[in-house]
Amino acid sequence: MKGESRLKKVLQEGSFAVTAECGPPKGADPRVIEKKGKMLKGFVDSVNVTDNQTGVVRLSSLAACVLLLHGGLDPILQMVTRDRNRIALQSDILGASALGIRNILCLSGDHQSFGNQPQAKGVFDIDSMQLIQLVRQMRDAGVILGGEKLTEPPDLYVGAVENPFADPLSYRVLRLEKKVAAGAEFIQTQCIYNLVRFKEWMEQVRDRGIHEKISILGGITPLKSARMAAYMSDQVAGMDIPDEIIKRMKSVPTDKQRAEGIRIAVETIQALKGMKSVRGVHIMAIEWEEVVPQLVEAAGLTSRPEV
Amino acid sequence: MITAERKPLSEIKEMIAPYRKILVVGCGTCVAECAAGGEKEVGLLASALRMDAQRAGRDLDIKEVTLDRQCVYEFIDQLTEFIEQYDAVLSLGCGAGVQAVAEVFPKAIVVPALNTTFVGETKEAGLWVEKCRGCGDCKLGFFAAVCPITSCAKGLFNGPCGGSQDGRCEVDSDTPCAWQLIITRLEESGRLDCLKKVHPAADWSKQQGRGPRRITRDDQRI
Repeated sequence: MKGESRLKKVLQEGSFAVTAECGPPKGADPRVIEKKGKMLKGFVDSVNVTDNQTGVVRLSSLAACVLLLHGGLDPILQMVTRDRNRIALQSDILGASALGIRNILCLSGDHQSFGNQPQAKGVFDIDSMQLIQLVRQMRDAGVILGGEKLTEPPDLYVGAVENPFADPLSYRVLRLEKKVAAGAEFIQTQCIYNLVRFKEWMEQVRDRGIHEKISILGGITPLKSARMAAYMSDQVAGMDIPDEIIKRMKSVPTDKQRAEGIRIAVETIQALKGMKSVRGVHIMAIEWEEVVPQLVEAAGLTSRPEV
Repeated sequence: MITAERKPLSEIKEMIAPYRKILVVGCGTCVAECAAGGEKEVGLLASALRMDAQRAGRDLDIKEVTLDRQCVYEFIDQLTEFIEQYDAVLSLGCGAGVQAVAEVFPKAIVVPALNTTFVGETKEAGLWVEKCRGCGDCKLGFFAAVCPITSCAKGLFNGPCGGSQDGRCEVDSDTPCAWQLIITRLEESGRLDCLKKVHPAADWSKQQGRGPRRITRDDQRI
């Protein structure tokens, strides 16, 4: 076995972690990933690779993770349960570990009807909660579903996602607790624009003592334009963008909106840095990865810890 | 009930085009309740086909029959005395009905007039909603009598996903979020604790089986 999870080490030593998202291309060119990797290297601790996000066919997450690994980064393999049954999932978990990937993020995945293969059969053999449990079982007990023993367990740091802004509100913290019970070790949240509501959610998290059992990384997506803000607010379910953010984006001319989006993101990162029990940020700059170094610098997070 | 919808007339016409004498067979049970294949729908379809043939100057001989149940041998047997006089059977039964008729009459040409869709309930006049996937391992007792396999677009046993908003599913805003329903019902009956448990991976072998599933009951055999 080679290597260890950088993310795990950074969080274990108590540093404020920075992760970023990297979307694979709609094609077989490895250079796209290599280029994104070079851009992010040194500015972030680990890089998530999305798994056919929004149900759109892209270069595989596993392959892209290996390309990043070769580039000296610590990849986080996103794995959705939409496209693969338990046989394929377990096989890929073993394969990922064998190739040196040390982090996995377990999700159910966007419904196939949103993507470019709406006639596909959604697999959903297991759900994200069951996937978390499965990876932990494979790693810690060395057994697959059904109890058969592995010759060598996979070595993966296990993450999950949570959306503090989706409904039913009263249940969101209980669901997080359930993910912790299932075995999640870190959480990356949905993009945060409504800091008030996020703070309330964190308070509930602390009240229940969940923060002691799991590392929470706040999600950041810099807005590119006022149009993007309005679109996300209206069209993306579970996305909470307060009116004042949309107004703020609209208040500047179109050519200055990117800069304003970056400013908002930096302010949000700084607010999260100051928030109790938030252990890091996860930057999802959708098809705008080149902005990540700038964000990290502006937020004063450039010196990544030596681990 | 098993619900179905009638196929477009053009598709039905294409299937029966080679035949002159057609036996149109409806079913008085599920597909009658969902207004797709009962006596009334048999009459309407037969009339439409007759009118169409007349307009095209084609000779078409149709007999209409509606069985009480098209999936049970005792009822299908009612076709025995005249089925041989017809070139083809146009069945307005569900998929089970179509196949049952074909099994009883091995030489008969049987074609479907309906698209069988789901096991569901009549929600209101003109609205039927899917309620059961026949998974063979009913867990409604854990989920406040709301089926997450059927009613959640992702079939999550440990939902909701992050796309639940204002009680609606992100996949289709006309659909209520099954998990919102489950949580509300459990909360209102003081059973929210039911959700603490991480539900394990389902046993889909009870649904997919090894080919067609069977139920065998010795106590029912004669």
